[in-house]
Amino acid sequence: MRAAFTMARLTLHEAARKRVLLAALVLGVAFVALDAIGFHFILKGFAGQVGALAAAQKRFAITFFTLAGLYAVNFLSAMASVLLPIDTLSGEIASGVAQTLATRPIRRSEILLGKWLAYVAVLTAYLLLLAGGVLAVAATVAGYVPPRVGPGLALMVLESVALVTLSIAGGARLATVTNGMLAFGLYGLAFIGGWVEQIGALTRNTAARDVGTVASLVMPTEALWQRAAHEMQPVVFAQLNITPFSPASVPSAAMVAWAGIWTAAVLAWALRSFAKRPL
Amino acid sequence: MTVTHTGMSGPAIETRGLRKRFGSRRAVEDLSLSVAQGEVFGLLGPNGAGKTTSVKMLLGLIPPSGGSARMLGVPIGDRATRSRVGFLPEHFRFQDWLTGRELLEFHGRLCGMPRADVAARAATLLVRVDLVDAADRRLSAYSKGMTQRIGLASALLARPRVVFLDEPTSGLDPLGRLMVRDVIRELREDGVTVFLNSHMLGEVEATCDRVAFVRRGRVVHEHRLADETEGVAVQLRADPLDAETLVGLERLGRALHRDGDTLHMRVAGEHVLPELARWVVGRGARLHHLSATRDTLEDLFVRVMDGERAG
Repeated sequence: MRAAFTMARLTLHEAARKRVLLAALVLGVAFVALDAIGFHFILKGFAGQVGALAAAQKRFAITFFTLAGLYAVNFLSAMASVLLPIDTLSGEIASGVAQTLATRPIRRSEILLGKWLAYVAVLTAYLLLLAGGVLAVAATVAGYVPPRVGPGLALMVLESVALVTLSIAGGARLATVTNGMLAFGLYGLAFIGGWVEQIGALTRNTAARDVGTVASLVMPTEALWQRAAHEMQPVVFAQLNITPFSPASVPSAAMVAWAGIWTAAVLAWALRSFAKRPL
Repeated sequence: MTVTHTGMSGPAIETRGLRKRFGSRRAVEDLSLSVAQGEVFGLLGPNGAGKTTSVKMLLGLIPPSGGSARMLGVPIGDRATRSRVGFLPEHFRFQDWLTGRELLEFHGRLCGMPRADVAARAATLLVRVDLVDAADRRLSAYSKGMTQRIGLASALLARPRVVFLDEPTSGLDPLGRLMVRDVIRELREDGVTVFLNSHMLGEVEATCDRVAFVRRGRVVHEHRLADETEGVAVQLRADPLDAETLVGLERLGRALHRDGDTLHMRVAGEHVLPELARWVVGRGARLHHLSATRDTLEDLFVRVMDGERAG
């Protein structure tokens, strides 16, 4: 594992040297600032309104906007999780850098694991920075703290880890462009599968629901977001399905466990595949 | 039996019937060779002869399709053995956002070298490859020659017992090429085995103890560079050259043939020339021209490859 940590340090160093961390920080701050400005004006629209209806509308707007912010965070995090490590292996294999690494007295699995650890760390920090910002804005501007933030963020982190793993695994075998097409293709498949499942659940269409479940088994990322969104909204919102972020069919704990198994299996495949890949 | 100060006996590199196929294409077919410890060995062949594939198999970068190979007495692919092997690829690539010093320190850590040792060794090697002034500059700003130099330093970082150099003088100016020659000479003095892959036959001739010519991944000829048995080529013009004179010349050399008024033959060495001249003049002939040339490695390469092509 010593070499894996050396590789992880190098990857973090690369992210810092190439100003990836700086860009993430600057854009993250800009994102949170825009979220705060948006929140401020939305709340301003309710100023002076009184009564139960206005209070309910305000409550709805605050919850909806917080969930929308978290959805945007989830999307940005998913994109970054695919794009950032997309050529970390395929690029080094194509350029020949991997040859100089693989002839050192280290396991190839340590090269891959080191990169994986570093990208998981960077992207988890990125996600927590953005999500933390959105939650801090909601708490500061509107005095609102969503329920079950811990489990919700953990599920979002797991989604990011799953996408990092997929992106790195693809790079062990595929060219960068092909890998990108595959990763985004699967992400899209999970996204549309998730919506088919939700609409199937709302319309009590078992076949549509099953199609969505199968899509989630193939690529569980959308299921993780659906579950995270379910966790981080008031029970009444979740039960009434009154926002696009209120899943009619809540992914089960078994699906979350499957996402963990899926990620571990993809990582194991990547380690094995890279170990055998001709360089 | 070779026993070196590493305590290991036997060849540094030994392959038997090593093969590699990519689908139906045979990249290496039955590569069998042995490289002694401390030997500077050159692998020569035309493009597509399987040289790079052979080196990659020896380094564990690609798995062989058949045959066997051992490095430092251990089957190839052994992880611990890689700590005693250095490698400079033909197109050395690196993390170009690192500085030269950082690159060496990073590779030193991958080799498990203690931090203080890495720093000291990197400093020594930066002096050796003449990159002290550029040590803290990013590699993206290095020229091709500087890139080769830092690659060479990286290959030598962990004090290897076997070094693979694939086109080490590619992109280097004359001074850089001389530096590489000196480094190889120093490695030989330290008992390090050098496996050189180069198209620059002059470089190979100046540095190698022995070369093997490969064609279609098979060793077709081996040649010891200090070998005197190849003799020298002689060109002679005299008249008249009667049959009896020619019979006498055949006793002094071999491969006699005429090309116009010039007679070509091979003799054991320059020491035969006075006797040759005496015989021709003694037979009453007028000697107009007598010269001897040693074959260059290029001549030998062309001859061997032409012979293989014809065969």
